[in-house]
Amino acid sequence: MNWASSLRLVAAEEFLSVAGLVLLLVCAWAGDKSARLVTWLAVAALAVAGVLVAPALFGGVFGAEASAFYGQYAADSFSSFAKLLIYGAAGVSLLVAPGFFERQGGYRAEYPVLALFAALGMGLMVSATDMLTLYVGLEMNSLAAYVLAAMSRSDDRSPEAGLKYFVLGSLASGILLFGISLTYGFAGSTSFDAIHTALVGKMSTGSLFGLVFILVGLSFKISAVPFHMWTPDVYEGAPTPVTTFFATAPKVAALALTMRVTLFAFGMQAAAWQQIIVAISLLSIVVGALGAIGQGNIKRLMAYSSINNVGFMLIGLAAATPGGAASMLVYLSIYVVMSIGGFVAILSLRDAEGNSVEKIADLAGLSRSKPGLAFVLAMVMFSLAGIPPLFGFWGKFVVFQSAVAAGLVPLATVGIAASVIGAFYYLKVVKVLYFDEPADKVVGSVDGVHAVLLYGSAIVISPIGYLFTGWLGGLAQSAAAALFHAA
Amino acid sequence: MTGFPILSLMLAVPAVAAVAALFASAGAARTIALVATLIDLALGLDLWANYQIGGPQWQFVEHAQLFSGFSWALGIDGIALVLIVLSVFLMPICIGASWDAIEKRVPEYMAAFLFMETLMIGVFAAQDLFLFYILFEAGLIPMYLIIGIWGGADRIYASYKFFLYTLLGSVLMLIAMLWIVNLTGTTSIPVLMEYNFPVQAQYLLWLAFFASFAVKMPMWPVHTWLPDAHVQAPTAGSVILAGVLLKMGGYGFIRFSLPFFPEASAYFAPLVWGLSIVAVVYTSLVALVQSDMKKLIAYSSVAHMAIVTLGLFAFNRQGLEGSMVVMLAHGLVSGALFLCVGVIYDRLHTREINRYGGIAINMPHYALFFMFFTMASVGLPATANFVGEFLSLQGIYKASSWTALIAGTGIILGAAYMLYLYRRVAFGEQKNADAAAMPDLTAREYLLLTPLVIATLWMGIYPESFIAPIRADIAHLDARLAAARPAGDAQVTPGHPVAETHESAEHSGEGSEK
Repeated sequence: MNWASSLRLVAAEEFLSVAGLVLLLVCAWAGDKSARLVTWLAVAALAVAGVLVAPALFGGVFGAEASAFYGQYAADSFSSFAKLLIYGAAGVSLLVAPGFFERQGGYRAEYPVLALFAALGMGLMVSATDMLTLYVGLEMNSLAAYVLAAMSRSDDRSPEAGLKYFVLGSLASGILLFGISLTYGFAGSTSFDAIHTALVGKMSTGSLFGLVFILVGLSFKISAVPFHMWTPDVYEGAPTPVTTFFATAPKVAALALTMRVTLFAFGMQAAAWQQIIVAISLLSIVVGALGAIGQGNIKRLMAYSSINNVGFMLIGLAAATPGGAASMLVYLSIYVVMSIGGFVAILSLRDAEGNSVEKIADLAGLSRSKPGLAFVLAMVMFSLAGIPPLFGFWGKFVVFQSAVAAGLVPLATVGIAASVIGAFYYLKVVKVLYFDEPADKVVGSVDGVHAVLLYGSAIVISPIGYLFTGWLGGLAQSAAAALFHAA
Repeated sequence: MTGFPILSLMLAVPAVAAVAALFASAGAARTIALVATLIDLALGLDLWANYQIGGPQWQFVEHAQLFSGFSWALGIDGIALVLIVLSVFLMPICIGASWDAIEKRVPEYMAAFLFMETLMIGVFAAQDLFLFYILFEAGLIPMYLIIGIWGGADRIYASYKFFLYTLLGSVLMLIAMLWIVNLTGTTSIPVLMEYNFPVQAQYLLWLAFFASFAVKMPMWPVHTWLPDAHVQAPTAGSVILAGVLLKMGGYGFIRFSLPFFPEASAYFAPLVWGLSIVAVVYTSLVALVQSDMKKLIAYSSVAHMAIVTLGLFAFNRQGLEGSMVVMLAHGLVSGALFLCVGVIYDRLHTREINRYGGIAINMPHYALFFMFFTMASVGLPATANFVGEFLSLQGIYKASSWTALIAGTGIILGAAYMLYLYRRVAFGEQKNADAAAMPDLTAREYLLLTPLVIATLWMGIYPESFIAPIRADIAHLDARLAAARPAGDAQVTPGHPVAETHESAEHSGEGSEK
């Protein structure tokens, strides 16, 4: 272990930091005129960072080879799987931003820079193999995210969302930090490796408390029930491109982080956290599904849908097997694509004055005025509901498969039965789009970048997506193996 | 057998046509749909002609490892063959029935139907458990849209009910499938059909599969989605629902429940019998009091499907063959009845029986066709239903004579409600002027109904054409079920020679006289 190799392993993070700082200087000098340019440069920076992390995934790197800075950081195939998703999702939410903010009256050059720093923080989170790296990454991401949520100053709901997110996020960070300190006290180290070896056999009450607090903190970040309350408000209040960002990248980062903490750091105590995960997973599925039914705002609906989907992903975690971890990664990838499709479609819904249409009732009969848009939105809804032959089914399928393989048949049965409740509100959206008489509220067209993203994600979630299952599954397995190899 | 992938082609033709129709104008979409379904019909007939009776159990097999976890495995046996032929036969008729009746959003309608056809053929041809599941459940989406967009006044409720009912049934089956694959390590249906599952595990698995197929079939008491869906669906939607989608339930029983879990099937057979005889009697009585024509036929479907489940769970060849024939016959006859209702619905836009009356006077040709299918539904000899119902009841009689006795009343009740319907619609006074002014069948309607008449008569007079392909597969299934078969209550026992007892009685009689 030397500095040179460590620095080489974190090349992507270094590049993103430098790129972020340079772009910050650009927007300081050139002002908001340069916003579009900065956006494209930020997307390019994310692409370069993606290229830098990709070899670790395709080469299946893990263990000591990937470990940097004396075990504080791992650039293994697992982290690069998550990072590719994060960079991709962050890139998309940058691409859709200029159009939206310009209609809202002014796109600010800080937006892409903040998103870049958030992506950097998320990269740290998924690579963290030490509680302190974890915390630094988490806070780096969160601080950028609080500002992003409050970005739209002309809309009252946006600062409110930012404040709510900040207060609850800080509370969660505090709880997490408390859990970390307890764990440190009982394990004698903040390193995941050391915690892993220290916590074997029967858990002491103190370390159990530490584990519970850490899980509570992380549940806030992944918006799992009962720590989900901020999600609908923040999703609704934040500007839609930011919501797109929140629904995708931080979700990946927080879930990947949760996986590393539970499966690796607390890997020898699976029995202790499994029951917690089972409980919050079922609660998330049910509350997410029931909560969504009454929603009249499509962004709030998507928020509940994300809570619901996180519940399904946690079923894969509850399995506590490499197969379960791989299935979560597959689900996450599909979920990111579905969310992008859904939010890009929502971004394209505008009324005659160019304002965003968010009320579900205003979408009535969209299939007549905008058949393409309605078709993609309906596909996303069926896909989120997990109805074959759409690709969303595959995510649920692999997760339930791993749960059944791990012997969690009752959990899988209850979970899948609850998914029928969820299907109801997705169907409701399709009903509004296709069955109702047109409200003709939505006008305006889908422009270039949006169209590419919209139809691109539609192709992935169409049955064509199944052709990728072998490839995606292979990558997810190699990534999950890295997580378990160290253990 | 490796050869030309005809099954994949049959799946691809409507799928490609569906996409094409989506982007076409209304007129072009109709033509595309008709051409695609006719091509599939031709391919289906080719499949039938080239199917080797007495050949290998699985023919036209295709296998490609395209996905992780499951594969693109297709192949058919006789049972799948006849159901595929039924599907491709009904599809052009459905498109024809929608030619003028559907005026709004034609491209989407045709695309939904073509997509549906791909899925139906796929369900019957799939040889991989998960491929089957995906295609089986995917059918919900087009059907939901067909009912919801082009349906009647109460369509939204009906579409939700249809979707959620069937979804809840099938997700439990998915868990059971995952468990099976986890246990056996294979997703191949032919392999699993020969696999001996531990008896203890069979019960829960059977129930999970039952949940799905019973809803699909539909069996009493989970049949309530069917009348709603049928009434609200457009004519062609009802035809396809009754003609093919209900058969997926029966196909599921014969392909999965019985061969996978023979012991559990035998254990639960009395449950199936019980539900079925309730269905036969109860839904027939309900049908008797309907004032809505489509609802009446929908309830009669439930009753007919109950005869199918009785035959399937009779655990003998007559029962199994009979229920296959009932499924085919019901596909033709109830499809035709829905078409008949569609014909007069298109003219008067009401399904109320009371709004009609005496239409035999102004629509004599129509009345003839309607009469024919009414009789076919009742099960008149020389029509398809007679063969199937007779065999099914014979089969169930061997297993349980009481069940057969009660189920037999369904035939009588069937005659009652169908003839009553016919009398009210076709005979009597012409009390409504607008009904009396309806014109007779058009050339298009002739063209739709005539093939159904021919097929119904063919199946009734020479059922061998349809039974021959399935015979070997039924025998195979029967052999697999033999060990688990419940003892029937009507066993044939050798009697004592009559002459001897007579003689001895005479002797003793003579002795006492003396």
